[in-house]
Amino acid sequence: MKPVRITSTHQSITFSRRMLLLGGAQIGIGGLLVGRLGWLAIAQNERYQLLSESNRVQLIPVPPRRGWIIDRYGKPIAINRASFRVDIIPQQLEKGRDVVPEVAKLLQLDEEEVARIRSELAQSQGFHPVQVGENVTYDQYASVTVRLPDLPGVQATRGYSRYYPDGPAVAHLVGYVGSANAKEYEAEDKNPLLLIPGFKIGKQGLEKTLEPYLRGTPGGQRVEVTARGKLVKELDPKPDRSGETVQLTIDEGLQQYAARRMGDQSGALVAIDVANGDMLASVSMPAFDPNSFSEGIGRTEWKMLSENDHIPLLNKVAQGLYPSGSTIKPAMALGFLKQGLDPNRKFHCSGGVQIGNRYFRDDAAHGTVDMRSAIAHSCNAYFWSMGLQTDPQKTTEMVNYLGYGEEFDLPIPSQRFGTMPSPEWLEKKYHREWQGYDTANTSIGQGYVLINPMQLAVMPARLASGKLIQPRLLMGGPRKPIPDLSVDPEHLKIIREGMTAVVNGAGTAVASKLPLDGIQMAGKTGTAQVHKLISRGHQANWNLRDHALFIAFAPADKPRYAIGCIIEHGGFGASAAAPIVRDTMTYLFDKQKAFAALAPLEEQWGGTLAERNARQLAEFKAASRATQA
Amino acid sequence: MITSAIIPRPLARLPWRLIFLVAAIAGFGLVVLYSAAGGSVQPWAMKQGIIFLFFLGVAIGMSWVSEATIKSVAFPLYAVTLIMLIGVEALGFVSKGAQRWLDIGPIRLQPSEFMKPAIVLTLARFYELVPPGEIRRPRAIWPAAVLLGVPAFLILVQPDLGTCIMVVLCGVTVMFLAGLPLWIFIGPAALAAIAAPIAYNMMHGYQRKRIDVFLDPESDPLGAGYHIAQSKIAIGSGGIWGKGFLHGSQSHLDYLPEGHTDFVFATMAEEWGLVGGVLLIVAFGLVIHWGMKVSANSRTRFGQLAAAGLSATIFFYVSINLMMVMGLAPVVGVPLPLVSFGGSAVMTVMLCLGLLMALERQQRSKTSLA
Repeated sequence: MKPVRITSTHQSITFSRRMLLLGGAQIGIGGLLVGRLGWLAIAQNERYQLLSESNRVQLIPVPPRRGWIIDRYGKPIAINRASFRVDIIPQQLEKGRDVVPEVAKLLQLDEEEVARIRSELAQSQGFHPVQVGENVTYDQYASVTVRLPDLPGVQATRGYSRYYPDGPAVAHLVGYVGSANAKEYEAEDKNPLLLIPGFKIGKQGLEKTLEPYLRGTPGGQRVEVTARGKLVKELDPKPDRSGETVQLTIDEGLQQYAARRMGDQSGALVAIDVANGDMLASVSMPAFDPNSFSEGIGRTEWKMLSENDHIPLLNKVAQGLYPSGSTIKPAMALGFLKQGLDPNRKFHCSGGVQIGNRYFRDDAAHGTVDMRSAIAHSCNAYFWSMGLQTDPQKTTEMVNYLGYGEEFDLPIPSQRFGTMPSPEWLEKKYHREWQGYDTANTSIGQGYVLINPMQLAVMPARLASGKLIQPRLLMGGPRKPIPDLSVDPEHLKIIREGMTAVVNGAGTAVASKLPLDGIQMAGKTGTAQVHKLISRGHQANWNLRDHALFIAFAPADKPRYAIGCIIEHGGFGASAAAPIVRDTMTYLFDKQKAFAALAPLEEQWGGTLAERNARQLAEFKAASRATQA
Repeated sequence: MITSAIIPRPLARLPWRLIFLVAAIAGFGLVVLYSAAGGSVQPWAMKQGIIFLFFLGVAIGMSWVSEATIKSVAFPLYAVTLIMLIGVEALGFVSKGAQRWLDIGPIRLQPSEFMKPAIVLTLARFYELVPPGEIRRPRAIWPAAVLLGVPAFLILVQPDLGTCIMVVLCGVTVMFLAGLPLWIFIGPAALAAIAAPIAYNMMHGYQRKRIDVFLDPESDPLGAGYHIAQSKIAIGSGGIWGKGFLHGSQSHLDYLPEGHTDFVFATMAEEWGLVGGVLLIVAFGLVIHWGMKVSANSRTRFGQLAAAGLSATIFFYVSINLMMVMGLAPVVGVPLPLVSFGGSAVMTVMLCLGLLMALERQQRSKTSLA
C-alpha cells in the first residue's frame, strides 16, 4: 500500500465524514429506541396490560359456606356453626422462636395435640397452614388475637365449622368432613380452595357423595398487593355462593330414636315409607361422633374406635353383609305360591327332613302346619320340604325380585349388595349343579345367602305395598311412577297374613306386639348362624353368637312403614331385633309411648347415647394412659 | 440566544434554548420521581431538584471558561482522576470489599464518573497534539489505547461494567473521529461477532443462563430476568397515553425494581405512555444534536473532538439506559441522566454540558470578533 500523506485538510474531511456517520448511527439508535417503545406500548400493549393487572390484583379465595343437610321435615342434620380457629403459617415463623408452647398454653392443648402440631410442622411446606386449634372458644381466640404481634406465624381467624346436632346417630349416614389431603388436592387439579385453612370437603357418606351440591362456589376478595405481598387496598369482592341445602327423606327424630334404642349393640336398622321408598331412617351402630371427625380426630379416640370389636367405623347399612336367616321365608313362600303351591296344603313337621344322605334338623317339631303357620312359627321343615317340591330357580328369582341381593342406586359411597344364590348363579360361579341341600340352606337364608340391611327393609316394604319400590334418600330426586309387583295380590295377602301372625298370632315374635290400639305390626324373625351350629341358644362368646334379624311393616292391614333390622350376634331375632323394631315402629305412630319404652332401658344402660359415648372415651383415655405409664 | 435591550448582555448570551431543554427534561424527571415516591417530594424529588439546580449553576458558570483553560486542565484532570481511581482500588483492597467512591469530608466522590469527561478531553487534547501526518502511525494509536485502557480496566474491576462500557465507548468515539484507520474499529468488532457464538458454546451453564435470560427475560421471570420482565410490563402496559400521573401500578406497588433510579424510564412510560417516552427521547435527541452542532461548528481540532466526545457521552448514557430498560441490552446499571435519582449522573452530564457551553461561547465570540 502506498503511504498516503495526510494533511489537515484530509483530516478535516475525515472528521466531517465520520461525524456524519456518527450522527447517522445516533439517529439510527434513536429510531430503534422509539420503534421498540412503540412495539412495547402499542403492539404488545394488551399482553402487558394483562400481566400488569395480574401483578396488581390478587384473588384471595373466600370459601363458600357448605350447604345444609336437612331431614324430610326441615330439621337440621348437618349445619354450620360460627367458629374460631388458630393456625400456624410455617413460612412466617421466625427462626429460633418457638411459638408452639406459647400457643399451646393459651389454647390449653394437651401433649397429644402438641405432638401432632410438631409433626405436621415438620412435614409442612411453605405457606400451607398447620392447624393449631379448631373450634376454640371465643376467650381463647381473643387471648391469641391480642398476642398476635408477639407470635409471628400464628394466625387467628373466624369461620364456620360443620356441626351435626345428632352426632353419632347420623354418623354413618352423612359421614363427615375434613381437610383435603394431598391426593384429593391432586385429584381436583390443585384447586387452591382446598388449601384454605378450615376448608373442609366431604370425606365419607352423604357429605362425600353430595359434595358437588354442598360445596357451593367460592368467592374472592380481590385485593391490590405490592410485590412484597403487602395489602394495599381491597377492591370490589366477588361474592361467594353457599352450597345448596340438600333435603333427605330421613326423619331425623326417627333416626335418632332408632340409634338410641339400639343401645350399645352392634347392628343396623333401615326404615322405609312403603308408599314411595323414602328411607326414613338409616342407622348403623355403634357409631363415632362425626363432630369430632370434622374437627380432626384425636389419636386416642381414633384408636378406641378402630379397636372396638363392634366396628363403629363401618357403615353396616351400606357395607354390612349377613345371612338373611328366616327373614327370607315370606319371599320364599311367595315364590311357592307363584308356582302354584296350595297355601292351605297341610304339612306335618316332625322336627326335621331327610335330604339326600343328610338329616336336616328343625328347632322344634311344629306338628301340622300350612303356609301361614309355617311363616308364623318359622318352620324350617316346611320350607325345606316345599323347596324340594318346587323349582329352586323360580323360587330364588322371586326372592331376588323382592330385594335380596339387589343393587340400589343410592348416593352412598361403597355399597355392598350381597348375594342371592340361584341354580344359574351357582353354575356360573362355582360350576356345579344345584343340590337338595342348596335348596335347604337357601330356604332358611343360610348357605350362600348374603344380604345387607337396606335389602332387609326393601323386602318387607315391597311385600307390604305390593309395589316394586326403590329406596330413596334425596327428597329432591325424581319421582318415577312405581310399578306394581308382578304377583297375584291374593298371594301377597296370604304372605301378609302369615307375617301378621308372626307378631300377633301364635308366632315367633308375639312378645313384640305394638303397644297401640288398632295398629298391628306384621313381621318375620330371623336368626342367622354365624358359626357352625353346635347348640342354639346362649353362647358365651359374643362374636360366635347368631345374628338376630327382624323385618316388619305396619299397620299390618294398611301398611305405611317397613323396617329391617339386624343385630349382630344378638342371638334370636325374636328377642334381640324384634323389640327394637317394635319400639321404632311405635315411634312412628306414638312418640310418647316410644320414649316411655326407651327411658327405663337407657337408665339400665347408664345414660343416653351421648353420655355413654363420652364416658367410654374418658375410660379409654384413662386406660391407655395407664398402660403407657 | 435572546437579544433584548432589557436583559443584560452576559445573560442574553447564554444558550437559553439548551438551558430550557435541559431544565424541561430535569423538571419532567422531578415529576416522575414525585410519582415514584407515591406522590411525595420526599425522599427523591426535592433532593434531586436541589442537586440539579446546583449543577446547572456550575455548568452555566463553566461556560465562561476559555477553551485554552480547558485544554490546559485536560491532562492534569485525567491524572488526578486516574490517581483517585487507583486510590479507590487500594481502599477497596484494604477494606476487603468492592468500593467505587472516595469519602472526602461531606462529599462522596465517584472518580469513575469524572473519568467520562476526562477521557474525552484527554484524548481530544492528545489527538490535537498528534500531527496530521502521524495519525495512521502506531504512535498515534498505542498511547491513546493506554490512556483509555488503564482507567477502563480499573473501573471494570471495581466492578462497574456499565461505567466501564461508557468510558470505553466515549474514548473510542473520540478516536474514531480523530481519524484513526477504520480497521482498528472494524477488526475488533468483527472478531467479537465471530467469537461470541464460540464463547457461548464454551461457557458454563450458569453463564450461559445469564445470556439466555437477557435474550428471553420471560424464561426466568422471578430470577435474573425479573428486572427486565417487570420493566417491559410497565412500559407495555402504559400504552399510548399511559395510565396517568400517579396511577402506575407497577412502580407504586413495587413490582418494578429500581423504579426511581436505573428503571425510571419505565416508571415514566407507565404513567405517560408512548407519548411521554417519545417526547423524552426527542428532547434528549435535541440536546445531543445541539452538542454535535457545537462540534461541527468548532474551528479547533480540540474543540471538534471534545464537543463530539462530550455529546457522545450524553448519547451513550441515554441510549444504553433505554436499551437496557426496554430489554434491548443486558442490565448493566447505567442511569438515565437528569431523570434517574442520583447525583453522579446529573453531575457528569452537567459537567459535559458546561464544557459544551464553554466551547460554544468561544465559537460565538470569535464569530462576533471577526
